[in-house]
Amino acid sequence: MSTMLRINRDKCGYCGTCVAVCPEDALELIDAYLSLERECIACGICARACPLGALEVVHEE
Amino acid sequence: MKNNYDMLVIGGGPAGALAAKTAAEAGNSVCLIEKRPAIGTPIRCAEGIGKELLKEYIKPDPRWISAEIERARIIAPNGTAISLDQDRAGNEVGYVLDRKVFDRELVWQAAEAGADIIVKTRATEPIMENGAVRGAKVISVGTPAEIRAEVVIAADGTEAQFARRAGLDTTVPLREMMSCAQYVMTDIDIDAGSTDFYLGNEIAPEGYLWVFPKGERTANVGIGITGRKSHDGSRAKDYLDRFVAKNFPGGKTIEAIVGGVPVCRPLTCTVADGLIVAGDAARVVDPITGGGIGNAMYTGRLAGQVATRCIEAGNCSKEALMPYDTEWRASRMGKGIERNYKVKEYFITLDDTKLNTLADSIANISFKEFSVAALIKELIVRNPRMLLELKALKDALA
Repeated sequence: MSTMLRINRDKCGYCGTCVAVCPEDALELIDAYLSLERECIACGICARACPLGALEVVHEE
Repeated sequence: MKNNYDMLVIGGGPAGALAAKTAAEAGNSVCLIEKRPAIGTPIRCAEGIGKELLKEYIKPDPRWISAEIERARIIAPNGTAISLDQDRAGNEVGYVLDRKVFDRELVWQAAEAGADIIVKTRATEPIMENGAVRGAKVISVGTPAEIRAEVVIAADGTEAQFARRAGLDTTVPLREMMSCAQYVMTDIDIDAGSTDFYLGNEIAPEGYLWVFPKGERTANVGIGITGRKSHDGSRAKDYLDRFVAKNFPGGKTIEAIVGGVPVCRPLTCTVADGLIVAGDAARVVDPITGGGIGNAMYTGRLAGQVATRCIEAGNCSKEALMPYDTEWRASRMGKGIERNYKVKEYFITLDDTKLNTLADSIANISFKEFSVAALIKELIVRNPRMLLELKALKDALA
């Protein structure tokens, strides 16, 4: 089983709040596109900070 | 694309624009890059600024002032309103700007002063040599390039990735990140001369909800809550929607934006070899109001001034740039941030009952001169039952 960050692009307001709280510098906001550029530790801090609930840590088989 | 400058500025907000303008006016070759395709959009701001503060940097112009404000009202959870009129609030209340136009004006002034402006160009990482920043690797409209400079100003806002990649810790703790949402609403009944701040753990836990007029029946209606109070079903947007449904049911939302405001202490050090950090990226936001425009312009201009001296002297080491860090910390802004940080840390501990008690105790007082110190003094006099905690706050500020 692996953990990963799911970005709901229909919800995302591309504001960069998640970028500033990420302890791993894993997220990158490229204009209006939030991208997971580096390794994510699935800590879920970004998902908490998001004003819209666009981020979710999911567990997959 | 020219690839060698005296100064490279990352970010085209107020901090970057003032840094670029100041350095260009002093005769330096300056390049300002902005990752968005347009300066000023999308907005990440409630757009309020004090009149006197603004005037220190630019002459007010109706083209980018949406509304002139006469008073501020703080509304306690029970509805008690504390009104601070302009003559009493020492011009702390001020203008609500139109940032789309305002930011363009500032960058236009930097361009007019001689700075090159390049949009849709993103700094991916610093060029590092012997531990010093020597420019930035960028992607400009899809094409990788390198821009070298004697000094780089990191003015990249809340995200603050440039300084982070140069080795500074810019990560904002979850509890000190305000998670914000805002609607530009029209066709609503408001007091067009008043900026309203709503407090309370039901309305905006560990933050506040604001109504900042942008015209007779139009306003920025927004909210900030701390990251630790943000959960599924109780996020900034959820709180805002509940407030709007109750207070402005017939209103029309013509713009919906979100954003993060850091209310942590400023970075431990805002300079490094070849690097100055300014504005929100340096975390020089007022921890109580979340206001950052004035502080961004102040640190941007100071960064431009100090960098100019260092470029001229041929030494942009951390030590040479350190007067920037020292000066803003000793300034009225620096001291205000430190004081307001402590006040914020106290106020977020208050439950609604205590907030109501404090608000009721001063609701009918007219403050001759409004200041945080005067306010706390008055609260101590009027709330003997909260003497201990209020006195601890007062002592912390001394």
